[in-house]
Amino acid sequence: MINFILLILIYTGIYALMAIGQNLITGYVGLLSLTQAGFFAIGSYATAILSVTYGINFWVTVPIAALIAAFFGVVIGLPTLRLSGDYLAIATLGFGEIVRNVLNNWDSLTNGPMGIQRIPMVEIFGIKVSPYEKWGFLVLVWLFVLAAYYLFERLARSRMGRALEAIREDEIAASSMGINTTQYKVWAFALGAAVAGVAGSLQAVFILSVTPNAFTFMVSIMVLCMVVLGGMGNFAAVILGAFIIQFISYFPQLVGLSNVIPPQFKQVLFGFILVTMMIWRPIGILGRERRGAPGFFKKRGGK
Amino acid sequence: MGSISEFFQHLMNGLTLGGIYALIALGYTMVYGILKFINFAHGDILMVGSYIGLFTYNAIRGQQMGPWTIIAFFIAMIAGMLFSAALGVIIERIAYKPLRKATRLAPLLSAIGVSFILSNMAAWVWGTKSRKLDYPFDNTPLDIGGVSVTPHQILILVVVIVVMVSLKLFVDKSRIGKAMRATSLDQDTAKLMGIKADQIIAITFAIGSALAATAGFLIALEIKVYPSMGTMTGLKAFVAAVVGGIGNISGAMLGGILLGLLETFGVALLGIPYGLRDTIAFVALIIILLIKPEGLLGKAEKEKV
Repeated sequence: MINFILLILIYTGIYALMAIGQNLITGYVGLLSLTQAGFFAIGSYATAILSVTYGINFWVTVPIAALIAAFFGVVIGLPTLRLSGDYLAIATLGFGEIVRNVLNNWDSLTNGPMGIQRIPMVEIFGIKVSPYEKWGFLVLVWLFVLAAYYLFERLARSRMGRALEAIREDEIAASSMGINTTQYKVWAFALGAAVAGVAGSLQAVFILSVTPNAFTFMVSIMVLCMVVLGGMGNFAAVILGAFIIQFISYFPQLVGLSNVIPPQFKQVLFGFILVTMMIWRPIGILGRERRGAPGFFKKRGGK
Repeated sequence: MGSISEFFQHLMNGLTLGGIYALIALGYTMVYGILKFINFAHGDILMVGSYIGLFTYNAIRGQQMGPWTIIAFFIAMIAGMLFSAALGVIIERIAYKPLRKATRLAPLLSAIGVSFILSNMAAWVWGTKSRKLDYPFDNTPLDIGGVSVTPHQILILVVVIVVMVSLKLFVDKSRIGKAMRATSLDQDTAKLMGIKADQIIAITFAIGSALAATAGFLIALEIKVYPSMGTMTGLKAFVAAVVGGIGNISGAMLGGILLGLLETFGVALLGIPYGLRDTIAFVALIIILLIKPEGLLGKAEKEKV
């Protein structure tokens, strides 16, 4: 029982990192990106390949994973971010699928569908942080979450955060105020990708193996649900969202009903969460109406 | 490699694949034209329609293959179309209509939710195992001037051509079609002119969903029926709609055909590994968005302040 709760909290932490990134992109800039799973996969594989094939220490692989994910964030962001949000959703979704496709087919690097096993455990000052000792790992994951929360919260209150919100509320007005909208959007995208890459690194040393199947579209949807449910534009809220979604995911196992409740049940529930939240409370559980803005995001039509 | 008959072989394969994409792309483009949002659940409506078609077909066809199985096939196809049409209208009512005045992001998220509900409900109720749809006719390839053409491909081409021509006539010539175009151009003005916009939107969803079901049922013969069958196909069809110019009906047809040809020839002639076939569409999407974001036949839209 306690082990399950710890497991839920660890996954909450890993997904909270991704949700924080998604929140910067969707909650602040108002762009619907559906590719957190792709960056998550890139981070995971970066850590897996670097530590297994090249024997590099986990702590060195984390910034590399973040950088590689950010690099791909820029690569996918530069061509697509000039476009309206709807295209972005599809292009990023496509990118996530491309990543999985490549991981599945690039046998020499990724070992194809078999994935990479026996990833070495994390060590801090010679002490192994084993994923089987859940308390230690929990602390490790949540240190990352707190760091990310602090950094992104600071960022959101900075000049950049204000610029991002300005872009969300009215892109044309923002650019006429001298904000380089494309540049800021690409930055947000890169940062959101980087933090998802770090989440991937943690996932790799938690599961101790990586396979392409772990990074389906489902992951991106879960992250999106967390942000929508918690409240877009509020970093603490999306961490709460991450907890609720993970709790729902593991609820059948927690109460010992996993044979009664089919695995699809939770996915159907996630779908309902998205629809009902949009209709009844689009600002999320903890979301707040933004200063001076009539709606949460720019209203459609603009008339 | 490179002989004329081989070229026509790929051309044939590409055209049938492209025809399927075009049918699905039409649904995306019609909805986008009127509501300016991507119906993410379109691919899943296709899947549900295919299941209904499959069940109907298995219920009414006899054991013997013959003229009746072909008639049964078409009856089943129509059943799937009707069911999908109704489903599309219901989804629009429940999940999209309340959001018509909401932010741009809201209906998009809602549509993703609907898509997730449909595909997982299907997996839940009907199981994840793929189900085979038997050919209603003998599918031995015919040899036409060195090109091997299956009756299945001929069926696809005939249905696609019939559907496209009738849709084009319907939208261009009929009263409802005119109302659809008016609503797409300017919903508020259309309403002032006495057009019942809600009704027109419902009709658009019904037609788009029925077309998706048709496409799904046609490819089900080859790829079987399973809960996630609509996801990838739907995404690629959306790419086709964008390539042709989203909101433009002829554009969706052109984009679909082009994408089908691109995929077939990309694998056959350019040596793109088969495993990466699905990536062709997304690369095409990114390229077209960079060069001509409004699509091949679309009109560039200036964003107004």
